[in-house]
Amino acid sequence: MLLLAGLDGDAAAYRSFLDELSGRLRAFLRKRLYHLQDDVEDVVQETLLAVHNGRHTFRADQPLTAWVYAIARYKLSDFLRARSRHEALNEPLDDYLEIFTGSDEQPAAAKRDIGKLLELLPDRQRLPIVHVKLEGLSVAETAQLTGLSESAVKIGVHRGLKALAAKIRGLA
Amino acid sequence: MKTDDFVSLLAAGVAPVDRHASAKSFSRALILGGLGSVILTVLLYGVRPDIHAMLGTPLFWFKLAFPLLLGAAALLLASRLARPGQTGGNAWPALALPLLLVWSASGLILWSAPPELRASLLLGVTWRSCPFNIALLSVPSLIAVFWAMRGLAPTRLRLAGAAAGLLSGAIATVAYCLHCPEMGVPFWGAWYVLGMLIPTLAGALCGPRFLRW
Repeated sequence: MLLLAGLDGDAAAYRSFLDELSGRLRAFLRKRLYHLQDDVEDVVQETLLAVHNGRHTFRADQPLTAWVYAIARYKLSDFLRARSRHEALNEPLDDYLEIFTGSDEQPAAAKRDIGKLLELLPDRQRLPIVHVKLEGLSVAETAQLTGLSESAVKIGVHRGLKALAAKIRGLA
Repeated sequence: MKTDDFVSLLAAGVAPVDRHASAKSFSRALILGGLGSVILTVLLYGVRPDIHAMLGTPLFWFKLAFPLLLGAAALLLASRLARPGQTGGNAWPALALPLLLVWSASGLILWSAPPELRASLLLGVTWRSCPFNIALLSVPSLIAVFWAMRGLAPTRLRLAGAAAGLLSGAIATVAYCLHCPEMGVPFWGAWYVLGMLIPTLAGALCGPRFLRW
């Protein structure tokens, strides 16, 4: 199983797991967000982040689909709740302005830019993520570059991704 | 950011995961919460003076076994509900068992006791304060268990909060046994249970707010 290999630290296996998962999540969410196709990709990314942040709660003796879809449903209901609260305060534009619905050409583009959210994190979380996750440096190299200790780099990546999830939740 | 790039970001340099993370965080919470409750008991109420005699009394150990069994069941429930896609499962019958045992024993004792003794068996002398003492003692455990649960991924927040509350109530009751002078089984079945219900309700109320992730 790819996820189990990923949990042991195999990045390539973990990547293929997330790739396959994002396809399934997209299909799952497309069906359920029938009128909100523009938001599907946002919730896909939110769920992927939740799966990543919560991957230590998966147990090998448990069916993977039940675990993944429980997370997806949780994030979906979170999104719908936040949206209905938002809708109550705002006049929906969608009814009048068809012009904004132009994202069909890029089905994998999310409305919310996680890259921008990343910039809102404090340096001690953002720099480890940028160096380790985006530039592919090792933890040791990142530690040298930023002057942080190696464990601080690891903690920064971990906390940074959690903080990212919290930021998404705050925006929703 | 495109989902493809986002996936690369998540997967790059991914660290191995500790498979026992949830067991560790729950044990830490139990130790800290339990210590907190015991210290509070000693400071606020004091240990009962006849504790040495009690250690040799079987009834005292039965009394201790009741919240211990309930706590074990609540721990099972809480640790299951802290993971996505798991239901209570075996935890429900495990929860019902100690309750049924104590309640049926209470029923038998009350039924066989002479009518004029029944009220004192049920009410003891501390029924007014007992549930609130337990609720107060559960505060450190409630905080510790919530904190452990936040690090996991509960998806049914109200139920998970209630399970956390019951667990902390059971820990508090075990600690309170150091002080509580009541030795009537019907008393435990009524007021200990009520005392554990208060943090359970508090947990159910706080769950959706504090366990979100």
